[in-house]
Amino acid sequence: MSANKQTTDTILAGASISGVEMNGAEMVLQAFRDNGVEHVFGYPGGAVLPIYDEIFQQDDVEHILVRHEQGAGHAAEGYARSTGKPGVVVVTSGPGATNMVTALTDAMMDSIPLVCITGQVPTHLIGNDAFQECDTVGITRPCTKHNWLVKSIDDLPGILHEAFHVATTGRPGPVVVDIPKDIQFAKGLYTTGQRRYHKSYHPQREGDAHAIRMAVQALASAKKPVLYTGGGVINSGDGATAKLRELAELTGFPVTSTLMGLGAYPASSDKWLGMLGMHGTYEANMVMHDCDVMFCIGARFDDRITGRTDAFSPDSIKIHLDIDPSSINKNIEVDIPIVGDIEYVLAAIIHVWKEEQRKTDIPAVKDWWRQIEKWRGRKSLAYRKNDDVIMPQYAIERLYEASKNHDTYITTEVGQHQMWAAQYFGFDEPNHWMTSGGLGTMGYGFPAAMGVQVAHRDALVIDIAGDASIQMMLQELSTCVQFDLPVKIFILNNQYMGMVRQWQQLLHGNRLSNSYSEALPDFVKLAEAYGAVGLSCEKPGDLDDKIAEMIEVQKPVIFDCRVASLTNCFPMIPSGKAHNEMLLGDEVDDEDIDKAIDEEGATLV
Amino acid sequence: MSNEQPKSAYFLVQNGEQEVTHTLSVLVDDEPGVLARVIGLFSGRGYNIESLTVSETEHESHLSRITIVTKGTPRVLEQIKNQLARIVPVHAVKDLTTIALERGNDKPLERELALVKVCSTGENRLEALRLADAFKAEVVDATTDHFIFQMTGRTPRVEQFVSVMGPLGLVEVCKTGVAAVSRGPEGMMGEDA
Ligand SMILES: Cc1ncc(C[n+]2csc(CCOP(=O)(O)OP(=O)(O)O)c2C)c(N)n1
Repeated sequence: MSANKQTTDTILAGASISGVEMNGAEMVLQAFRDNGVEHVFGYPGGAVLPIYDEIFQQDDVEHILVRHEQGAGHAAEGYARSTGKPGVVVVTSGPGATNMVTALTDAMMDSIPLVCITGQVPTHLIGNDAFQECDTVGITRPCTKHNWLVKSIDDLPGILHEAFHVATTGRPGPVVVDIPKDIQFAKGLYTTGQRRYHKSYHPQREGDAHAIRMAVQALASAKKPVLYTGGGVINSGDGATAKLRELAELTGFPVTSTLMGLGAYPASSDKWLGMLGMHGTYEANMVMHDCDVMFCIGARFDDRITGRTDAFSPDSIKIHLDIDPSSINKNIEVDIPIVGDIEYVLAAIIHVWKEEQRKTDIPAVKDWWRQIEKWRGRKSLAYRKNDDVIMPQYAIERLYEASKNHDTYITTEVGQHQMWAAQYFGFDEPNHWMTSGGLGTMGYGFPAAMGVQVAHRDALVIDIAGDASIQMMLQELSTCVQFDLPVKIFILNNQYMGMVRQWQQLLHGNRLSNSYSEALPDFVKLAEAYGAVGLSCEKPGDLDDKIAEMIEVQKPVIFDCRVASLTNCFPMIPSGKAHNEMLLGDEVDDEDIDKAIDEEGATLV
Repeated sequence: MSNEQPKSAYFLVQNGEQEVTHTLSVLVDDEPGVLARVIGLFSGRGYNIESLTVSETEHESHLSRITIVTKGTPRVLEQIKNQLARIVPVHAVKDLTTIALERGNDKPLERELALVKVCSTGENRLEALRLADAFKAEVVDATTDHFIFQMTGRTPRVEQFVSVMGPLGLVEVCKTGVAAVSRGPEGMMGEDA
C-alpha cells in the first residue's frame, strides 16, 4: 500500500481545517476528505442518519447505495484491490453491522484495507438491548485488524485518522469504527495531528540486513530455484511488482504464484509457471516439490498451497519474506525468514546481489529449465474440446481472447469457475484480478466487480460466476443499474454447485446431496427485470459473437453461458496428498477418481 | 487418524514435538477491550491458557501488564507470541521462561496469592492453623468458626496448601493467578523502560 501511505501523509500534512469546531458526523466526512476518500459504499439506518445528512450536503465524496450491507463490504474490497486505496463503508447499527461480518472476515483473510464506519445506539443506551443494538466491536473483534468504539467526541478525529493508518499500513486489513449516534451529534474540535494514537503500532518496513545477505547467498547458490509469490506483492504496491519482475529478470528463475498473487508477475512471460497449489499447474507444483531453493514472497504457505505439510518441498532451503511475523513458521518451518515490506526488501536483495556481483548458476539453472520444459510438456491444462457443448475451460479462453484489447478487470465467485478463471485467464498486471481466496466467499465476485467499476468507470469489468454463487448477491444488479455501472456477469452455468459436486464425486460415492441447482431462474428475464441486459449462449459456435455483444453493451449484463454440467476441475492435488501426486485432467479415468482420496484424506479435507 | 502417517492438508503439529509450559508477559495499552482481544485470540486460535492475570502497572502511561501461563509445542508458542504482537495495542511480548533459561535459571520469578477459607472445630481447626504456620500462610480473617488464610508462593506450593486444607474444612478458595518477572536488574523493556 505504499502509494496510499504517501497520499495520506501528504494530504494530512497539508490539511488546514485542523482545529475547527464541528459535530461528529461532519468529522467523519472531513476525515474521509483528508484521507483521500472519493467513494463510499453504504446503506442508511437510524444510527447513521446524522452521517447520511452530511453525505447529502456535500459533493466531494460519492456515496454508492448498495442493496445489502455485505454487498457494500465486497464492493469496497474490489475497489481497494483494484486501486491500492482503502475501501470505505458506512452502515447502520445492529443488522447493518452484522451483515458486514462476512465481508470483514473476507478482507481480514485476504489482507484488504477496509475502513468500515458503523452507527451505534446512543452511548447511554449501550448495554440496554436498545433497538438495533448489537455488540459491534465484540462481534467484529476477531474479523478486523483493529476496531474502536468511540465514547467521546474528543477521541473521534484521532480514531478516524488512525483507522485509515492501521487499515493501509503493515499487513493491510479491515478496521471498524463504531460511532454512537450521540457522538455523531456532539460538537468538538477537529484535528489531523493524532495519527500516532497507539505507540505500540509500528509495522516493520526494512528487512534485516543479515537475513538479506543470507538470502542472496542462498539464491546465488541455487541449482533448482523457484520464486513463489502471493497476494502480499500486490498489497505492497507497484514498486513491489516492479522489483519482483526485476529479480526474475536478473536471476532467470521460474515464477509461480498463489491465487491471490496472480498478475504481479506477467502470465505472458516465459518464466511464468502458472498458479500453484490444489488446482495449480503440474509444472508449478512439481517445481515446488523438487526445488532446492524456494523464495516465498508475500505468501503464507496456506494449506491449499502446501498439500500435506510433511511432504511439502522436502529438499529445499526456504526463504520467506512477509510483512507479518506471524505468517513465518506458522505452517512450514523456513530457513531464512525476512520480515519487511516486499518493495523495500526486494530492492535491498537486488542491491546486494549486484553489489556482491552475484551470478546465477547458469548451467544448473539451464538444466532445471529443461526439466521444467518436460513437466510443461504434460500440458496439465489440456482438456477435451467439444463441438456441441461449451466446455467451461473453453468459455474462459474465449472470454480472455475477447477481452485482450480492453482494460479488463476480472472478479470471481467461488467454485470451479473461480479455478478455471485462475487457470485459463492470463493476467499480466497486478490489481486486475479480484477473488476471495482465504475465506472463499460465494457472493463476493459481483459486488466486488461493482466496486471495481466505480473506481474504473471505462474499464471492462467481468464477474466470472457460477449459477449458485451469483444468487447470493444478485440484488446488487439494482445498484449497478442505478449508478450506471456496466458490470458483466459471466455465469458458467453448469446447473450444479460444481465444486461441491466434484468433491462429492471424489469423496462421497457420487451421492450428490443438495448440490444440484434446482429451480434456477431464467437469468435473461431476471436481468431484464432489473433493467439490465440478459444474454444466453448454448453452442460453442455462437460463443465469440455473444461475448462480443456482451462487451459492446454499455449496460450491466448477465451472460448465461450454458456449459457442460459434469466437468471436473483439474489438475488437482487431492486432499492429503503431496505436490507430486497430482491428478491430471486428460489422464484421469473413473478408477483414478475412485482411488484419489483414501479414507484418511476423506476425513480431513 | 493413525499417528505415524498424517495425511491431511490441515496437518500442523509435527510428531514428537513436546508441549512445554511458558510464562509470557505482555505489555498493553490500558484501554477498553484489550483483555478481550488477548483472550479472544487464545480461544479463537485454540491456544491454552493455564493462568492469566492483568492489572494496570504504569498509571501515567496507561500501560497494563498481562501475565499468561500457556502450554504448547515450541512452534505453537512462537505463533502465540507473534499473534499477540499483531494486536494493535500490544507494546511488547516477552517470554519470561525463555529469558530465564537463557540466564541459566529454570524459571522466572513467579508468585501467586490465594485466599483460603476454612471452617472447622476441635482438632481439625488446630491442625489447619498448624499447617498454615508451616506454609507461612497468614490469618487475615477469623471467627470461632472459621479462618481465612492468605497464602503467597509459587503455584505448586499454593496448590499444595489448598489441597492439605481440603479435609480440614475447606470452604472456598480464590487465587490471583500468576504474577511473574524476570530475575535480575533488567526491566521488561530493557534499560529505558
Ligand atoms: C457463502 C458460501 N457458502 C458455501 C460455500 C461452499 N461452496 C464452495 S464452492 C460451492 C459451489 C459453488 O457453485 P457455483 O457457484 O455454481 O460454482 P461452480 O463450482 O459450479 O463453478 C459451495 C457451495 C462457500 N464457498 N461460500
